[in-house]
Amino acid sequence: MSEATLERGLNAFREQMNAPIASFFSSCVNCGMCAEACLFYTETGDPKYTPINKLEPFRRIWEQEYTLWGRVKSWLGLSRPVDDELLQAWEPLIYDGCTLCGRCSMVCPVGNDISYMIRCAREGFVAAGYAPDGMKNASRRAVTIGSPMGVKYPALAAQIKHVEADTGLSIPMDVEGVDYMALLSSMEIMNFPEYLGALARIFKQAGITWTLCSEAFEATNSGIQIGSSDIAKELVNRVVVAAERLKVKYVISPECGHAYTAIRWEGPNLIGRPYHFKVVHILELLEELRSSGRLKTEGFEEARLTFHDPCQIVRKGGVLEQPRNLLNMVAGDVVEMSDHREMNWCCGGGGGVSAIERAEALRLKVFTRKKSQLEELNVDTLVTACANCRLIIEEGLEEYRMEIPVVGLTEMIAEHLVGDEKNE
Amino acid sequence: MSTPVDFLLWVRGPGFDIALAVFIIGILIRLLEMLMLGRKPDYAEPRGAELGAGLRTLLTRTLPEQGTFKRSPFTVVGGYIWHIGFFISLLFFVPHIELIDAVIGLSWPGIAGNLIDAVAAVTLVTLIAMLFSRLTHPVKRLLSGPEDYLSWLVTFLPILTGYLAYHRMIEPYPLVLGLHILSVEILMVVFPFTKLMHAFTFIMARWYNGAMAGRRGVQS
Repeated sequence: MSEATLERGLNAFREQMNAPIASFFSSCVNCGMCAEACLFYTETGDPKYTPINKLEPFRRIWEQEYTLWGRVKSWLGLSRPVDDELLQAWEPLIYDGCTLCGRCSMVCPVGNDISYMIRCAREGFVAAGYAPDGMKNASRRAVTIGSPMGVKYPALAAQIKHVEADTGLSIPMDVEGVDYMALLSSMEIMNFPEYLGALARIFKQAGITWTLCSEAFEATNSGIQIGSSDIAKELVNRVVVAAERLKVKYVISPECGHAYTAIRWEGPNLIGRPYHFKVVHILELLEELRSSGRLKTEGFEEARLTFHDPCQIVRKGGVLEQPRNLLNMVAGDVVEMSDHREMNWCCGGGGGVSAIERAEALRLKVFTRKKSQLEELNVDTLVTACANCRLIIEEGLEEYRMEIPVVGLTEMIAEHLVGDEKNE
Repeated sequence: MSTPVDFLLWVRGPGFDIALAVFIIGILIRLLEMLMLGRKPDYAEPRGAELGAGLRTLLTRTLPEQGTFKRSPFTVVGGYIWHIGFFISLLFFVPHIELIDAVIGLSWPGIAGNLIDAVAAVTLVTLIAMLFSRLTHPVKRLLSGPEDYLSWLVTFLPILTGYLAYHRMIEPYPLVLGLHILSVEILMVVFPFTKLMHAFTFIMARWYNGAMAGRRGVQS
């Protein structure tokens, strides 16, 4: 990261300005309804967490530099400037108090995509030096080590050994010309290696050719979360270079929310061109295998289940039906939360919030939203498709002494594969 | 402007022309300064089309999302009542239709005066309630600045003065009619420079939101 200054921050805000953002700011009538869509407001009752309020510094730049009347006001000395003090005061709102979940963008009566604006505004904050240490450190590790959690290749190699011993299957590495290159999140490598085993087992049954890449196995992208396009671009580029070198047809985004946003939706724009391969989310691929009859399962889960929609995969990613079709394939008693699909409530740890140490108390406080959603259902198990959601929900459940196991959907599917040695 | 009649003549003549010019030119400048910022090309392979999803969001945001409605029923219902009341009073009061006919040659059937009177009264009361809510609700109070209160005032005054004029509550009549027209002119002059612009830009905002989500395969 280059040295951060206020001037760089202001320039970063200016670079983000475009017609949608100008029309959003211009349309806001301060009705306050976005507050009711945000778990940081509903669970704390503190009006400072009103989504549109988190954008005050960015709004001032828009008003003062991109509107006729605002320019006149600035010229007359009637405007309040965007200075270090303001950015410092707003840093906890735009980072600790927003998971970029995008729920506010679904309810604004004039149609403002507020979470998109917050994503853009973070560019200005980080360029000016106002980003939480936890996220700065994660980004630094991602750039220098290759993973926000500091996971290096030997750590992955060690986990692969365990997975191979466990499944009796070999995990392909750096194989050229196969159809699929799979990515992993650091959390999956360290906390949930069962995901990798599940992939190997499912792909064997479906007859899919695939590989991991020793130089680009990390799917997460701290640059997207902290709001640094430079860092985000570098991280995406590692995957693009590897995938195009190995000449794969598809890159598989793992069970991680923002990784999908990064590689699927922002990636091509960060590197300034379309890819020479397609990106699919693992759930999209599994659903394709299911509907084409290549994914065969047997038996049903006996537990009463619900699915937690990861914001970046469902609401912001468009993968809505796939998890439901897949879950119904292996479970008989599936119930939906009161708000689900594109209106789901965030786990409270997305958008980089889980990397901010000082935000832990707030994160556990706002988990009460998920807690009450789960209490309404009386389920035995919660299924999701994002390692970060999974970890955050596990922590939340532990904090509130709720005993509900949390399972990844891909693993659950693998447990029901027909003719799988491990299931026999 | 020594007499009420002189005042009325001024607001109906040069005053109106000035206000109309500021209104139209101001709106055009504001829309242009927004649209000229443009959008960068999106290289991500789309899952769905922008156009249909954008147009659908343009319509669907007219109704509130269910959960949000339950959490802020006053804002939603109050918002509907005063917006609808404002437009009924503006577009269906017979003298207003006659004025529009005289200016652009278009006319349509009006609504009985006493009905418009009732609508205007409800609108006034609702606007006062909305102001009270803005001053007392913690979220709205935090968000609101001088521009919000100015926007409220210039929206409120035309209905108030119209109500006063209809009931001849200020004498002589040319004075109160002149005040009514002047209040509309103030609204027109203030309009392009405040968030009253949302009356036009919400179309862009909703479309962009719906289009950006539609590209990803989500109906927002």
